[in-house]
Amino acid sequence: MKIVTNVFHQLERWCEPVIEGIIRLCGISAIIFVFGIFFFVFREGMGFFFGGLDLVEFLTSPEWYPSSLNNKRYGVLALIAGTFSVTVLAMVIAVPFGLGAAIFVSEFCGPKLKETLKIVIELLAAIPSVVWGFIGLTVMNALIIKIFNVPIGLTMLNGGIILALMSVPIIVSIGEDALKAVPDSYREAAEALGATRWQVIYRVLLPTAKNGLLAAVLLGVGRAVGETMAVLMTTGHAVNMPTSPFDSVRTLTATIAAELGEAAVGSDHYRVLFIIGVLLFTITFIVNFVTDLVIKGIREKA
Amino acid sequence: MAQLSKSTKKIEIADLTVRYDGLEALKGISLDIYENEILGIIGPAQSGKTTLLKTINRTIEFEPSAEVSGSVSIDGTDIQSIRNVNQLRRRIGMVFPLPVGLPMSIYDNVAFAPRTAGIRKRSELDELVERCLKQSALWDEVKDRLDSLGTKLSGGQQQRLTIARALSHQPEILCLDEFSIAVDPVTTMRIEDILKELRSQITIILVTNLVQQARRLADRTAFIFESKLIEIDENDVIFSDSPAHKLTYDYVHGNFG
Repeated sequence: MKIVTNVFHQLERWCEPVIEGIIRLCGISAIIFVFGIFFFVFREGMGFFFGGLDLVEFLTSPEWYPSSLNNKRYGVLALIAGTFSVTVLAMVIAVPFGLGAAIFVSEFCGPKLKETLKIVIELLAAIPSVVWGFIGLTVMNALIIKIFNVPIGLTMLNGGIILALMSVPIIVSIGEDALKAVPDSYREAAEALGATRWQVIYRVLLPTAKNGLLAAVLLGVGRAVGETMAVLMTTGHAVNMPTSPFDSVRTLTATIAAELGEAAVGSDHYRVLFIIGVLLFTITFIVNFVTDLVIKGIREKA
Repeated sequence: MAQLSKSTKKIEIADLTVRYDGLEALKGISLDIYENEILGIIGPAQSGKTTLLKTINRTIEFEPSAEVSGSVSIDGTDIQSIRNVNQLRRRIGMVFPLPVGLPMSIYDNVAFAPRTAGIRKRSELDELVERCLKQSALWDEVKDRLDSLGTKLSGGQQQRLTIARALSHQPEILCLDEFSIAVDPVTTMRIEDILKELRSQITIILVTNLVQQARRLADRTAFIFESKLIEIDENDVIFSDSPAHKLTYDYVHGNFG
């Protein structure tokens, strides 16, 4: 028995630093991966970025003709506008729905309904994006044509609704976690003070859970910005500065997905698609960064 | 004057039984609480003291498994017949064992209940907040930082903040549930002084795990043991050498519990 304990002691002494090292590596690897991805994406586009690409035109021109025979133009403003408009529209729909559902699941519904709802919501989150795209392409397309009496249903509205449906489950489950994390003693205290259910929610729960709820919304935004297949299938995929929800648009992500396969490796077209990748990367970085600042600001003020 | 008010029943509890999932937490409790007295409630943990308080302000309704039978009346009105439960809760101030500063400023903590009741005028709220914080002996410590977060106060300060909050809706009844469990002795004594001052204006139910606290503060004390009311009487009797039940004597004198 004593020998066994001794062996364990020896093992422990050797294992401790090894395990510590492995854990440290796991932590650092996140940073390595992020920089690695950024580096490799940027490297592919680098040649064009430093030689040939007019950055001002790239960012401010809506003219995207990468495969024109005699006048190639690489302006992504229309694509940025497409991504932006679809995302904003999706959030306009998804945020009230998602937060409302999160509040309902966390505060109002009974335990049985809660279990069922959570399972269904998780199921919703697990639907592959191509299936969502298919629904947009068939069901939503027909519905939009019929309801709004427009010639084509593959529009910003279609993409926005589909993206909203895809973002809602994330917003609900993260938002519900945030609300669940509010100690019950807060609810009890507020209720004992004579606050109604609704007063407890908007005076105590929402302010307390605001960081988590904001995180939920921004994860939804992240999903919407990064989504590719569903928007490719539902927005009509036409390079266009949108002026109404019934315009077809094209997003940054869909452009990369649709064109990378056709562009000759190493050509300007090929490389500009990687620069779009860097641009997407930068947008998500800015979104995250701003979120951090906002959350910190909230914390300091509070 | 004191004798006169003692004759007025503020709360009448009749044959109150509460079950959680069929398990009895209170068994056939009947007792009266007089206006403007401090009633001490003592008894070991798990004997149903907290449940009794929750029944009085009907927060028991948030426990889905709880089943209540019997009746509780305030000023002669059965509380079950009160339609607006929030109005009932505003008549009762509640202080919990662990201080719960709501995650908002000190000012907003105290102004919470008045605001939910519809008071919006800043001057009125200012006055109210100052009065309640003075009543709870916290004003001098926080008057220069009413905008800072209530949860950042020390435990003892937070407990006084919750008392200020419980007083903010001008309740007729103040329930304290083992308020001294998480505060230091000095704060405990300060809060006890506050309660003594409030005694003339408000009916106080003091649930406590400290027998001596009930002895110091209460006019009468009830002893609850294993979900049953063993005895309720004037402090002179409960803490004498001959209360009606030997169990009471043993508990009060620390022979068990």
